[in-house]
Amino acid sequence: MNKSLAAVPEVIRISEPVIVEATARRRAQHRREQVIESGLFLAALMSVAATAAILAVLLWESLGFFKAVSLTDFLTDTLWTPLFDDARYGILPLLAGTVVTSLIGLLVAIPVGTVSAIYLSEFASSRLRELIKPALELLGAVPTVVYGYFALLVVTPTLQKLWPDLPGFNMLSPGIVIGIMILPLVISLSEDAMRAVPMVLREGSYATGATRLQTAWRVVVPAATSGLVAAYVLGVSRAVGETMVVAIAAGQNPNLTWNPMEPAATITAYIVQVALGDLPHGSIGYQSIFAAGLVLAVTTFAFNMFGHAMRKRFREVY
Amino acid sequence: MLRRRKFTEVLFKAVGLCSLALAIGTLALLFGALIVEGASRIDWQFLTSFPSRRATQAGILPALVGSSLIMLVTAVVGIPLGVAAAIYLEEYARRTWLTELIEVTVMNLAGVPSIIFGLLALGLFVYMLGLGASILTAGLTLALLILPVVIVTTREAIRAIPVQIREAAFALGATKWQTVSHHVLPYSSAGILTGIILALSRAIGETAPIVTIGALTFIAFLPPAPFTTEPPFMSFEWLMSPFTVMPIQMFAWVSRPGEDFAGNAAAAGLVLVCMTLAMNGLAIYVRYLMRKRVSW
Repeated sequence: MNKSLAAVPEVIRISEPVIVEATARRRAQHRREQVIESGLFLAALMSVAATAAILAVLLWESLGFFKAVSLTDFLTDTLWTPLFDDARYGILPLLAGTVVTSLIGLLVAIPVGTVSAIYLSEFASSRLRELIKPALELLGAVPTVVYGYFALLVVTPTLQKLWPDLPGFNMLSPGIVIGIMILPLVISLSEDAMRAVPMVLREGSYATGATRLQTAWRVVVPAATSGLVAAYVLGVSRAVGETMVVAIAAGQNPNLTWNPMEPAATITAYIVQVALGDLPHGSIGYQSIFAAGLVLAVTTFAFNMFGHAMRKRFREVY
Repeated sequence: MLRRRKFTEVLFKAVGLCSLALAIGTLALLFGALIVEGASRIDWQFLTSFPSRRATQAGILPALVGSSLIMLVTAVVGIPLGVAAAIYLEEYARRTWLTELIEVTVMNLAGVPSIIFGLLALGLFVYMLGLGASILTAGLTLALLILPVVIVTTREAIRAIPVQIREAAFALGATKWQTVSHHVLPYSSAGILTGIILALSRAIGETAPIVTIGALTFIAFLPPAPFTTEPPFMSFEWLMSPFTVMPIQMFAWVSRPGEDFAGNAAAAGLVLVCMTLAMNGLAIYVRYLMRKRVSW
C-alpha cells in the first residue's frame, strides 16, 4: 500500500494474492477493533458490578442480622448496645446522632454557602472569582481525618471558652466542622445554578430600576431555586455519610438525644468503632455494621437521586 | 430611598465577603493550627521511625511506605479502568438501557459515602475472597472509590475535543480505535491527567474505608521489598502484607490522650495536608496551562 507511485504500472492489475491479503488484514483489523470495544465495555460495566456488589454485600449480611433482630426492634428500640452482654439493637440513637450533626452542618453551610455563592456569581469581579475558586477546591481536598483533628483539638476548646461546661466530646463541634467541610460543594453547585440563569432576566430587572442586590435576591435566586435545592440536598448527603469528623470529635457512645452539647455516635462513627475492635466474622456485632451501613446507603441514595433530579430540572429549564 | 438601597447593597457585599472569608479563613486556620502544633515535630527522625509508645520517638515510616504502595495499586487498577470506561461511554456507547444503567451507577457511586466502600471491601475482599486486611485489599477498595471521579473527569476532557477532529480522522480512513488512540486521547491527556491527580489526592486522604477493612494502627515493620536478589528479582508478597497509611496513623494519634501524641497527630496531619494540597495545586496548575495553550 505504501509503494511509491512510480512503481504502479500504467494498467493496474490487482493480483488475487493482494486482494486476499488486503481482506485478511481488513478482517484482522476489524477483529482487533471488536476486541478493544469489548474490553472498554467491560471496564464500563465495572461501575454496575461495583454497585451490585455493594447492594449484595449489604443485603446479605443484613439478612443475617435481621434473622436475629426483628425489624420493629431495629426501628423502634431506643438503645443501641450491640457490644454489651444485654445487647439491644435500636437504630434510633445512631440516627439521632446523624441527624443532629448533619443539621448543625446545614445550619452553617446553607446560609454561608448561599451568601457566598450569590456574592461570587453576582458581585465578585472575575479576578476575585479566579482566586477564590481554587482556594475553595483546596478546602474541599483536605482529608477528613484532618478536619476531625481540627474539630477535636481546635474548635471544641474554642467553644469550651464560650460554654465552660461543654464536654470534650460533643455534637456541636463536629457539626460545625462538617458544615465548613461541605461548604465548597454547596458553594460551587449553588454558583453553577445561579450562573445558569440567563442574562436577560437580570437585564430585565435592571431595566425596571432594581439594584444588583434586589435582582440577585428577587430574580436570580428564585430562578435558580431547583439548582440551589439540589446543592443543599447533595450537601446533606455528604454530611450524612461523613465519618472521621464525628468518629473523632463526637465521642462514640450511642446516645438518644437531640441536644448538640452532648456526646453521641452517628451511624458512620459506630461502623468505625466496631471496625477498630476485633469482632469475629459472622457474629451479630459484625453483621450489625452492615445493617447500619444499609440504612446509611439507602438514605444517601435517596438524597442523591433527589438532588440529581433537581439539578437536571434546572438544566432543562434554561 | 436610593441611599438606603445603596447602603444595603454595600452591607450585603460585606456579608458576602465575610462568608467567603470564613471558608478561606478556616483553611488558613487549619493550616496554622497544624503548623503551630506539628511543625516542630517534623524532622528526619519523625519521617524514618516506626510508631512507638513514646511520642517523641515515634515516626511515620510505615505509614508513608503503606500510603505509597497502596496508591500504586490504586493507580494501576483504578486509572485504566476509569479511563477505559470513560472512553466507552463517550466514544462507543449507543443509547441503550445498558448505557443508561452504567451512567446512573457511575453517578450513584460518586455519591456513595466512602465508608460504604469499606463495608463492601470488608465483606467481599477481606472475607469472601480471603485477601485479608492487606495492601491489595486497600488498593482495590480505593480503586473502586476513585473510579467514578476518574470516569467523570475523563469524560469531560474527552467531550471537550471537537467532533471535527474525529470526523477528519474518519475521513482519512482511520478506524474508531485509531481515532481515539491517535487523536482524542493525546489531545485530552492534560484534562485526564488533572482528573487522575485529583482522584489520587482524594484516595490518599481517605480514612474511613481503610479503617473499616481493619487496618492495623500499630505497625513496627515494613512490607517485604518488591525486589529480591534471587531470580526472578521481583516479589509480590508485599501485596498481601498488613499495612498502615498516613490518615490512619494520624487517626490513631488523635484518639490517644496526651499532649505529645496530639503533637504527633498534627505533624502527621501537616505531612498529609501538604501531600494532598501539593497534588491539588499540581492539578490546578495543569488545568491552567491547558486552558492557556489549547483553543479550538
